[in-house]
Amino acid sequence: MLEFFSDYTIRTVTLGAALLGIVSGALGTYAVLRRQSLLGDAISHAALPGIAIAFLITGTKSSAILMLGAMIAGWIATLIVLAITKNTRVSYDSSLGTILSVFFGFGLVLLTLIQKLPNANQAGLSTFLFGQAAALVQEEVITMSIFGICALIPVALFWKEFSLLAFDPEFGKSLGLPMQWIDVLLTSLLVVAIVIGLQTVGVVLMSAMLVAPAVAARQWTDRLGVMLILSAFFGALSGISGTLISSSVTKLPTGPTIVLCVSFLVTVSLLLAPNRGIFWQYLASRKNAERLKLDTVLMDVYALAAQHTPMTHPHAESVLNVMNELSAKTAKSLSRLSELGLVEEASTGHWSLTERGQQYVEQLINDRFYLEE
Amino acid sequence: MSSNPASTTPLPTEPMIVTKESAIIVRDLTVAYRDKPVLWDIDLTVPKGILMAIVGPNGAGKTTLIKSILGLLKIAAGQVLIFDRLYKQQRHRVAYVPQRGTVDWEFPTSVLDVVLMGLYGKLGWFKRPGKKEKATAREALRQVGIEELQNRQIKQLSGGQQQRVFLARALVQDADLYFMDEPFQGVDATTERAIIDLLRSLREKGKTVLVVHHDLQTVQEYFDHVMLLNVRKIASGPIKEVFTLDNLRKTYGGRVGFLQASQEAQNIPEEPANVE
Repeated sequence: MLEFFSDYTIRTVTLGAALLGIVSGALGTYAVLRRQSLLGDAISHAALPGIAIAFLITGTKSSAILMLGAMIAGWIATLIVLAITKNTRVSYDSSLGTILSVFFGFGLVLLTLIQKLPNANQAGLSTFLFGQAAALVQEEVITMSIFGICALIPVALFWKEFSLLAFDPEFGKSLGLPMQWIDVLLTSLLVVAIVIGLQTVGVVLMSAMLVAPAVAARQWTDRLGVMLILSAFFGALSGISGTLISSSVTKLPTGPTIVLCVSFLVTVSLLLAPNRGIFWQYLASRKNAERLKLDTVLMDVYALAAQHTPMTHPHAESVLNVMNELSAKTAKSLSRLSELGLVEEASTGHWSLTERGQQYVEQLINDRFYLEE
Repeated sequence: MSSNPASTTPLPTEPMIVTKESAIIVRDLTVAYRDKPVLWDIDLTVPKGILMAIVGPNGAGKTTLIKSILGLLKIAAGQVLIFDRLYKQQRHRVAYVPQRGTVDWEFPTSVLDVVLMGLYGKLGWFKRPGKKEKATAREALRQVGIEELQNRQIKQLSGGQQQRVFLARALVQDADLYFMDEPFQGVDATTERAIIDLLRSLREKGKTVLVVHHDLQTVQEYFDHVMLLNVRKIASGPIKEVFTLDNLRKTYGGRVGFLQASQEAQNIPEEPANVE
């Protein structure tokens, strides 16, 4: 493990991957909560022509300039999507899909053109398609950190406004806050977060880095702040582990490995997270079904007993079996109920309600019919 | 999405109603969705210190009316004055309770945090709510009777509790004019009682409250003024004068069967009561 960190390349790549995980994890939280997960996909695909044009104009492959190009293209694409949705009858997802493919197609055409140019500099631009983390150098990581810090500071500064935007933008507008500009700001930050990851993960897989950490984080908490930090942590964790795994196996591509790591985190979270996890919910629903069954049998005992004074008058199990034909396991329920002290077996096969059982049922009736408040 | 459209229309030099300050004056308000008018040439004057119900069938434009007064929608024509000034200048005196269904109650946040959102406008940029704001929010939760739920996740709330959270969020705004969109929708009887008590206590403090209301049976009991709306304004004014069977027929069209039934139960007069 230690040798990994002493290796210059791996250290640089790991740092870069962690960074992109933090930024996309944090901003992806808002994308997921605002149901804009697909916007990230559109932005990252739309960034491709920006990279190509930036290269064609400047002739350099300096990461800062290419990122700037990507950012401008992603931003223009977003504005077009929003303008189409607002001014035409085309729906949001249709305009997203259209813009995504138009920009991406244009980007691919430009990339092919560039490859035909007699310029030794050109090779390497196509790495933006699937990313090439292994090629990250220190200068690029520094550029990424600067962009990253620029994207995260506003999240802290505009915390209130961003939460309001995500939860109830119309109410925000009624308070007099310029929600439209806050929206533009947050979307721009999303563009920055995406651009940071392009070189490492590539335009095709970048949206996973935006959506997956947030989806995983949502499973573990019900607080916006905790979710955002957890999402950033999950992003960093998968960035780091993806890099380390891919560098220990020859020819394993880093970007896709990172995405596989974050997918693993999502799977674990969907299955195991307390309360929201599938496993947990299965247990809860089983427990609930069990309780309902017990309640039903107890209600039957109560219904029979209610015709007698005192209500402790015992009744035969066979009667209860007939009353409760849907769940044949009345005997099992009765013995469980007697363990709980709600019924008792007066004589073999004859059951009576205890005083506690009577109170329990009366409480139950009360709760069911006056559930609200 | 544009800035308050009312601001683009020049203010008249002389106000139309000179007698006393009204809470709301709406003149010739028209709102259209594409080419279909949703509100047509609405004139409305709301005196201060009253509880007014806005009543009308589905699609009558009740929510649209509230939203266009609040500048949340683009209006095609017309003018809105709040306490004799443009809404922009009076924003701090106005609070808004949207329909419960407009937000995602699965959103990861707590009851107290939602109530605090009512203070975000006054707090200003970059400032986080502190002790003082939290105390204000708790007091509002106490007023709506759910103080003990302050740390609860909002997804764990019942419909009635959600509505109370929204009311508390409006209360912390400490406004003079309240707009509420269907606050009684889908709430239990206890909450309905609590809301109506709250509305009355607001009126006692001299506040003005406009409520989009669905239940014709309770209009006379809960409110003192009513506006009958169906794209056009059918009538508005004190209940005794305008809540008549004739006006209700005009508002609800041919579906008078249920109105006659409720007339028997509620004694809705065929003609306006004699008001001196």
